[in-house]
Amino acid sequence: MTAREKLLEKYSAKVYKNRKDHILQLEESDEARNIAANTRAIPGVMTARGCCYAGCKGVVVGPLKDVCVITHGPVGCGFYSWGTRRNKARTDERADKNFVPYCLSTDMQEPDIVFGGEKKLEKAIDEAMAIFDPKCVMICSTCPIGLIGDDVQAVARRVEEKYGIRAIGYSCEGYKGVSQSGGHHIANNGLMRYVIGTGDEPPKTKFSVNVLGEYNIGGDGWEEARILKRCGIEVLNLFTGDASYESLKSAHLAHLNLVMCHRSINYIAEMMKTKYGIDWLKVNFIGVGATCESLREIAGYFGDAGLTARVEEVIADEIGAISEEMAYYRSRLTGKTAGIFSGGSRSHHYQALLADLGMKTVIAGYEFAHRDDYEGRDVIPLIKEDADNKNIESITVSPDERFFRRAYSDEEIEGLREGGVEIDAYGGMLPEMAAGDVVVDDYNHFETDELIRTMKPDIFLSGIKDRYSIQKAGVSSRQIHSYDYSGPYAGFNGAANFGRDVTMALYSNAWGLVTPPWRHAPMLVGSVAEGGGK
Amino acid sequence: MRQVAIYGKGGIGKSTTTQNLTAGLGEMGKKIMIVGCDPKADSTRLVLGGLAQKTVLDTLREEGEDIELDTVVKVGYAGIKGVESGGPEPGVGCAGRGIITSIGLLERLGAYEEDLDYVFYDVLGDVVCGGFAMPIREGKAQEIYIVCSGEMMALYAANNISKGISKYANTGGVRLGGLICNSRKVDGEAELVSAVAEEIGTQMIHFVPRDNAVQKAEINKKTVIDFSPDEPQADEYRALARKIDGNDMFVIPKPMPIDRLEAILMEHGILD
Repeated sequence: MTAREKLLEKYSAKVYKNRKDHILQLEESDEARNIAANTRAIPGVMTARGCCYAGCKGVVVGPLKDVCVITHGPVGCGFYSWGTRRNKARTDERADKNFVPYCLSTDMQEPDIVFGGEKKLEKAIDEAMAIFDPKCVMICSTCPIGLIGDDVQAVARRVEEKYGIRAIGYSCEGYKGVSQSGGHHIANNGLMRYVIGTGDEPPKTKFSVNVLGEYNIGGDGWEEARILKRCGIEVLNLFTGDASYESLKSAHLAHLNLVMCHRSINYIAEMMKTKYGIDWLKVNFIGVGATCESLREIAGYFGDAGLTARVEEVIADEIGAISEEMAYYRSRLTGKTAGIFSGGSRSHHYQALLADLGMKTVIAGYEFAHRDDYEGRDVIPLIKEDADNKNIESITVSPDERFFRRAYSDEEIEGLREGGVEIDAYGGMLPEMAAGDVVVDDYNHFETDELIRTMKPDIFLSGIKDRYSIQKAGVSSRQIHSYDYSGPYAGFNGAANFGRDVTMALYSNAWGLVTPPWRHAPMLVGSVAEGGGK
Repeated sequence: MRQVAIYGKGGIGKSTTTQNLTAGLGEMGKKIMIVGCDPKADSTRLVLGGLAQKTVLDTLREEGEDIELDTVVKVGYAGIKGVESGGPEPGVGCAGRGIITSIGLLERLGAYEEDLDYVFYDVLGDVVCGGFAMPIREGKAQEIYIVCSGEMMALYAANNISKGISKYANTGGVRLGGLICNSRKVDGEAELVSAVAEEIGTQMIHFVPRDNAVQKAEINKKTVIDFSPDEPQADEYRALARKIDGNDMFVIPKPMPIDRLEAILMEHGILD
């Protein structure tokens, strides 16, 4: 019996019918690598998913450092999304204020629910203006706001008029869509409509990029920016880790977009292509090999001999600096196996870094990915629309009269693609995986526990929700969403950090070394009553 | 203490009927409180002689939880007490949540602990959300009367409200006490409403004829019994009050499918 069959065996007929299409065990042939994704989780199943508000506020707009992001709702949603994601930020020449450490909430009380919360929201913004004086305010709606129908967009317009700032209202109520993915899309739409394209600060060089879908967890984005700068590539924006409203305004003037987290930001990449003609490359700065490949692809895109030479110099130098360390970690880790359950792109990215360390990923899954994240963007036309994804607004853009420009003609792009520069393309995670590997969409607690039992990975990379149950099963665990207070894991230095942390976890696996007393002797003592009980 | 909720299609005359009927009960010496559950806050106008008191929710908003019962409860004709939940202006906030909040607050303030024979809840239109079903949840109203007429939409609404009641009746103690026909002078009205009532498993408890005396009294901010006690219409409300006071037919309603309702309407010629 395969691991997949064992996993599904435990389910009732109804749950089986749903889950069987979300779980793959890859075969030798490439055929039939289809997976069901972005559909509702089964009620009662302990899914790891978050909500629409989490996707909009927590992931995409929360990291904007010079924006006062106000959670409109009862205080819990704001409080529990406060500082939990480790998206680092520091002030810079464009943004002299950093509001990321703060949590702003309207703290809706019962009378506010009954009488409507618009006035309270406006008052909260007045307070934020008085205390912080931001240039931009963003309002993120929680569930009750949608139920009582507060018009947050109208409040935003009034605030813009009153203070002459930018204010954006997001209807990202938690109940919308099937996961946080809907919130990413809503946030993307807002940034595209009201921020990108409103500035006119040109890049300083001819090799300027935005790194889309880089949230600077544990400083990943800073490591990427360090490397890119060394190569002579100008980073206009990390999107949205350590990003600012001020700098995002001129993002449309970049020469190229790089996409890290495909799931959360591909909408902006696509819309910027249509509206401003900017090509995008799917990159991966997680892993030494992957980082080199991405840098070479960027150099290939620009087709500049000087840049290409600098990239090679930097690669040689950076690898030289970490090779000894990496060799040691590889010596400790070669042959080990891993499982990764992450949100929407890391499960793909980290396979490259694990491979650098001689490790094999045997289980991988996403919380909220869509089919294109697994199967590649070619599958997009085949994805069936349903009531849930129709519920999330999809905006269409057209070429901008002033700013639309193409770097390359269609023929030139075709030529670049043939040379290995895969413009506007993403092949997904599945092609990277081998026969026998298990892929799970919208994984849950039970499936995590079961796969650890049947597949026996040496380490499992996942989140806070399941890390302790994994550890108690005797398997090492690292949090791949927050990096357990460590990081960065991206780029060259990040790879060494990751090697160190994984080695540490595997060789100090405390729970695995302990034999609990109940393994040897029963912990409960009982006796049968006279007459056989009952 | 009997707790009674009055439901019915919007504009059918729930508030008018409730107040005139409670005036009749008041005349009989019963101690009564009316709780208006409509954001418009006009359920106690006739017994209190005008829009007299501040609503519970306005008071809550302006003065906080520390409210004196006297500020929201006013006494009017025949000692009838009136209290209005109130609610947000149309188009904002959540009126349903307002009713839940308001009734909860009245309970905490002990509004129900006094020596009362009847509490009447006058509830807005249809049961549009959970908030408007608050008065018929566990521990609140045990009996419900639906005000209707022989008009088609009023009977549709009565049938729909019965659906809501049966949902709560199966888990709690709430029962339907009957339909009150507030006549619109439709042909064969009494027979039609009786037939619908029978199909639902209840009774038409009283047929209140249409009479200008009601209009006259309303303009003067009074109930008919108060304004013109000798009018025949006053006796109609007295009769309704006696019937409700003596009512012992409390059922779990059996709402009918729409086509059955339409068949009954056909039978009584309304769809000619």
